[in-house]
Amino acid sequence: MSKELIRLRDCVMSYGDEVVLDHINLYINDREFLTLLGPSGCGKTTTLRIIGGFLSPTAGDVLFDGVRINDVPPHQRAVNTVFQRYALFPHLNVFENVAFGLRIPKTDQSGRKVRIPEQEIHRRVMEMLEVVNLKGFEKRPVSALSGGQQQRVAIARALVNRPKVLLLDEPLGALDMRLRKDMQNELKRIQQEMEITFIYVTHDQEEALAMSDTVVVMDGGRIQQIGTPEDIYNEPKNAFVADFIGESNIIDGVMRSDGVVEIFNRKFQCLDKGFAKDEPVDVVIRPEDVDIVDEAAGQLRGTVTSVTFKGVHYDTIVDFYGFKWLIQTTDFCPVDSRIGIKIDPDGIHVMKKSQYSGMFGDYSSYSEEYEELDVVEDEEAEEEDGYAD
Amino acid sequence: MRTKRGWFAFPYVIWMALFVVIPILIMAVYAFTVADPDTNLTYASAENFTRMGAYLSVFLRSFWLALVATLVCLLIGYPVSYWMAKEGPQFQRLAMALVMLPMWINFLLRTYSWMSILENNGLLNQLFRAVGLLDLLGVDHIRMIGTPGAVVLGMVYNYLPFMILPIYSVIVKLDGSLVEAARDLGANSSAVFRKVIFPLSLPGILSGVTMVFVPSVSTFAISNLLGGGTQSTMLLGDLIETQFMGGAYNPHLGAAVSMVMMVIVVVCMVVMNHFGEGEEQAVIL
Repeated sequence: MSKELIRLRDCVMSYGDEVVLDHINLYINDREFLTLLGPSGCGKTTTLRIIGGFLSPTAGDVLFDGVRINDVPPHQRAVNTVFQRYALFPHLNVFENVAFGLRIPKTDQSGRKVRIPEQEIHRRVMEMLEVVNLKGFEKRPVSALSGGQQQRVAIARALVNRPKVLLLDEPLGALDMRLRKDMQNELKRIQQEMEITFIYVTHDQEEALAMSDTVVVMDGGRIQQIGTPEDIYNEPKNAFVADFIGESNIIDGVMRSDGVVEIFNRKFQCLDKGFAKDEPVDVVIRPEDVDIVDEAAGQLRGTVTSVTFKGVHYDTIVDFYGFKWLIQTTDFCPVDSRIGIKIDPDGIHVMKKSQYSGMFGDYSSYSEEYEELDVVEDEEAEEEDGYAD
Repeated sequence: MRTKRGWFAFPYVIWMALFVVIPILIMAVYAFTVADPDTNLTYASAENFTRMGAYLSVFLRSFWLALVATLVCLLIGYPVSYWMAKEGPQFQRLAMALVMLPMWINFLLRTYSWMSILENNGLLNQLFRAVGLLDLLGVDHIRMIGTPGAVVLGMVYNYLPFMILPIYSVIVKLDGSLVEAARDLGANSSAVFRKVIFPLSLPGILSGVTMVFVPSVSTFAISNLLGGGTQSTMLLGDLIETQFMGGAYNPHLGAAVSMVMMVIVVVCMVVMNHFGEGEEQAVIL
């Protein structure tokens, strides 16, 4: 990766007794696509607003290119933001929305106000509308655009100013699934074409994995893990990250020696090293890393309690000694059948115990979780309707 | 469902017909007729309108003073509204109460009290005398009552809340993220105001202007009390009043003047609203 562009040093944000950000340390490289990922209230948007200049941290420093910018107001920062609900100017058409930043006189080194000539404004706006595939829409009022189109205008409006960094606050949250996937590709393409840094806030882990160079997983105002999407998925640092990113079975285990972990009183080969002897640990096993075999040949034996057909695979819930696992398999195993499982050493990931131990990773309440998901999606759909009004 | 609910509007429709539409029709009949003073018979004629030229100065004065009062209300009201909308909710409630407070006091009473303040021997002149201002100027009193200025003051005082309320309610509802977006795009506070807040508060300004201008142009109590009821401060409202109640009794002429005033006001409003839409359209084009 290239050089460091932004650094947050020990950033704390608190309102009275409520600590929203707890000593955030983070650096962001030039031309990096970095995602702040976490559930609502984890502090990801606050972090973004600190970088944008809308909030000033209670303690700590924000550095841009090595210069402290804590007190630099938003309009003097080389960053632009794509707001969650776009915040397009309703009294201006598409062209004027995009041209907004260009029409504001800039102050040059000698302190003189410099206006961008109208011709150049026109050229740059049209260029940018082409980048976001909105050519021909320049005279439309923004209220006549669909959600996806408004999204593109918001992106063009920010990018036309050629910021060094683009901040995106859940920009795809209000779009439907299909459109969201298209826009993910589009955003990635734009980021690579424009060669600038994107800092992206989302609660959607799939989105984060698909687009980012670096993912920062946050919860409770703290950074839980920073890494590439592969790192975050394959080597989660604690039960929270393991649960938040993808599906995972998280089981209590004991590290017997380097490369050997004990689960349900059975020893399993694994690749993890460096734990103390007999240290209690959390063991993550991804549902797709479990092979179903005959009961007799299995390392563990259990009873199937539910099967859901998902197209590519079956979501099979298996009860092992009272602990329910999610296994994704292409083999159909009927409910109440007895099965055995095998896990390869690289399918097992061992984590240190943390405050999140025991909170996640059991699929006893799997169906309830599904229902919860449905409820959330419904709410989001309703919100979308609300935006349209 | 829809048609059933429509019935609830029925009493209001009757009310409107009885007390708005029919009176306007009666007024129109009056306006286009004159009474023969000898026989007391009425006959159709446009004479009322041709005679109205004599009152041109009253028309001009009415519209001029109403315009001045509206502008003053806008200049005072906009900053007040803006400031109110930017403060916390507690302050907003208090400020709103203060703005509304005078309106709970009878309109005539308020205007009478301005009389006693502005009179030649009124509170202000007594104050000026006490601090020696009058001696300094070598006058017995400063004439305030009976001047167009006093009439404008009365209009501004009485109608200012009608300017503040609509502007305030537009600004307070303004989406804060638009302001953030503008700042993010490089606008400093004055540019944010010029390019975002002001254009978006235009609808409030338009309705405020309408709500101040219309009663100002047709007022008669304010000009009567604060204008001293003289020829030089006579407004359309006074002219109409004298045709119905006063010595110059001629309801036909009064109705005609009312009609003309109504038409002018309607035209003004249509033009202004069109101009307001034009603002948006101009940007779109």
